[in-house]
Amino acid sequence: MATKILTEHINVPGIETFDVYRKQGGYTAVEKAIKTMTPEAIVEEVKKAGVRGRGGAGFPMGMKWSFLAKPEGVPRYLVCNADESEPGTFKDHYLMKNIPHLLIEGMIISSFALGANKSFIYVRGELMYVIHILEKAIAEATAKGFLGKNILGSGYDLELVVQPGGGAYICGEETALLESLEGKRGNPRNKPPFPAVKGLYQSPTVVNNVESIATTPWIVNNGGDAYAGVGIGRSTGTKLISASGHINKPGVYEIELGVPVEDFIYADEWCGGIRPGHKFKALVAGGSSVPILPANLALTLANGEKRLMSYESLSDGGFATGTMLGSGGFIVFDETSCIVRNTWNFSRFYHHESCGQCSPCREGTGWMEKVLHRIEHGHGHQQDIDLLVDVARKIEGNTICPLGDAAAWPVASAIRHFRDEFQWHIDNPAEATQPGAVYRGDMALV
Amino acid sequence: MTTETNNTVTFTPERLTKAQEIIARYPEGKQKSALLPLLHLLQEQEGWTSPEGMDYVARMLDIQPIEVYEVASFYTMYHLNPVGKHVIEYCRTGPCCLMGGEDVYAHLKQRLGIDTGQTTVDGQFTLKEVECLAACGMGPVFQIREKYYMHLTNERVDEIIDELSK
Repeated sequence: MATKILTEHINVPGIETFDVYRKQGGYTAVEKAIKTMTPEAIVEEVKKAGVRGRGGAGFPMGMKWSFLAKPEGVPRYLVCNADESEPGTFKDHYLMKNIPHLLIEGMIISSFALGANKSFIYVRGELMYVIHILEKAIAEATAKGFLGKNILGSGYDLELVVQPGGGAYICGEETALLESLEGKRGNPRNKPPFPAVKGLYQSPTVVNNVESIATTPWIVNNGGDAYAGVGIGRSTGTKLISASGHINKPGVYEIELGVPVEDFIYADEWCGGIRPGHKFKALVAGGSSVPILPANLALTLANGEKRLMSYESLSDGGFATGTMLGSGGFIVFDETSCIVRNTWNFSRFYHHESCGQCSPCREGTGWMEKVLHRIEHGHGHQQDIDLLVDVARKIEGNTICPLGDAAAWPVASAIRHFRDEFQWHIDNPAEATQPGAVYRGDMALV
Repeated sequence: MTTETNNTVTFTPERLTKAQEIIARYPEGKQKSALLPLLHLLQEQEGWTSPEGMDYVARMLDIQPIEVYEVASFYTMYHLNPVGKHVIEYCRTGPCCLMGGEDVYAHLKQRLGIDTGQTTVDGQFTLKEVECLAACGMGPVFQIREKYYMHLTNERVDEIIDELSK
């Protein structure tokens, strides 16, 4: 039986209420943490667990915590990033909606470990109904003495605030999120200083993803070593994967890291295979920003071994033949999918969501969208493919925040692996612009 | 943003209480943090973030009106112009498109007789295209206020429009 760290009780009827969550063992980790552990000991367990940032960056959470500056007399903040907006990703939505107390419990433990007395959950504004669910859970936990003043008689105080965003992908970038939380436009900040030194209101701040914070109750209950015993290598623990696209069973699945990609796609336990009568063409494994892979490279490494659902295996081969685990936004494409159209769609997204602060991103995303639009709509020029590669290269690494990279990678990878398909659009505009027309040339379908 | 009106916007008593609660939850001197939530509250009441409403929020937070305008215009959820009774925010991003989202959107536009950004003549529906709503496994998806409508098909869209038109 695969270990479920986050979703073991998610289907228990009434789990969204305090009483049912409590009956399933909820809030015992808060009791253990606050009554028997020091903040330093909790940080140590999270470090041992080796849990890596689940928002997409994959940075070790315990290490991020240990960077938090602790000057005397200055408040410290924990901010939960629930601005889930990366196309293909809907796991935090699923978790918060179904088992809100898991996040609340994780916030209490994490805030205690970091010495924060006021913590924020920044939820994308579109999820207003989830905000109401979280606020209800907070009210329940406060009434039961797990939040507010003098939690469980320990002398520790914590207030949780749920903050709505206003509709902006960029606010998933942690410094843009902090700007937004201060009531400003979501323009990412230059770093350094990092939020751990100067974050919210210029105070030391940790920003963690929902799924990352939700691991802490299990880590406190079972220990960091137990967590590190799940998964594979440096990809410890479990990961929520948001599966969408042309599969039989779209949804959110909690997997132990290390499951073969092939099993994840074809096993009944997870995606249940490609929809009937169709073949597997391509995969975006970790949200729209990670490199797209053709089916054969999605399933196997360049050396022929099976590719696994882990940080290391998905990135094996670098960008030449690999990709990234990212946020776990797993989008499956069958042979009816037009890679050019999808790339244009993603480029339009990044152009729309660029905050406009850095010229390479503001201008470059616009140019990529424009050029892809004309290729897709039958007006491509012979030099357009090289032009796209050139623009993508000029954005990458030249911006304040990673949105520029996120916009460049899907374009560069689509051309790297599906160049013939772009060329076909340019060479055969009349055919390629027919409704439902898709390139059927030589490619490895599975 | 040139709508002429003599009405000064003020929150209803319940919303005023709610606004004061929101402002009170930030540290002293950091009340500007309440801006995004208050704009949501304003839009919930007025249907859009009108210039008068934004000025009212600015006074409430003791900040310059431009600080409100620049924020309202940055984020996509705030309507800077009056909208219909039901604002349909339709996801146009990749995963929803894979599930036939573009065809369903074409049907929706035809059914309402309007294009993106327009409002039906009876003022019932406004159509907006939005980016990913974080419901990709349930696509195609659109949202009306807080409610998500998922697994959309042409038939389902007709049912929803019929229901809301009653």
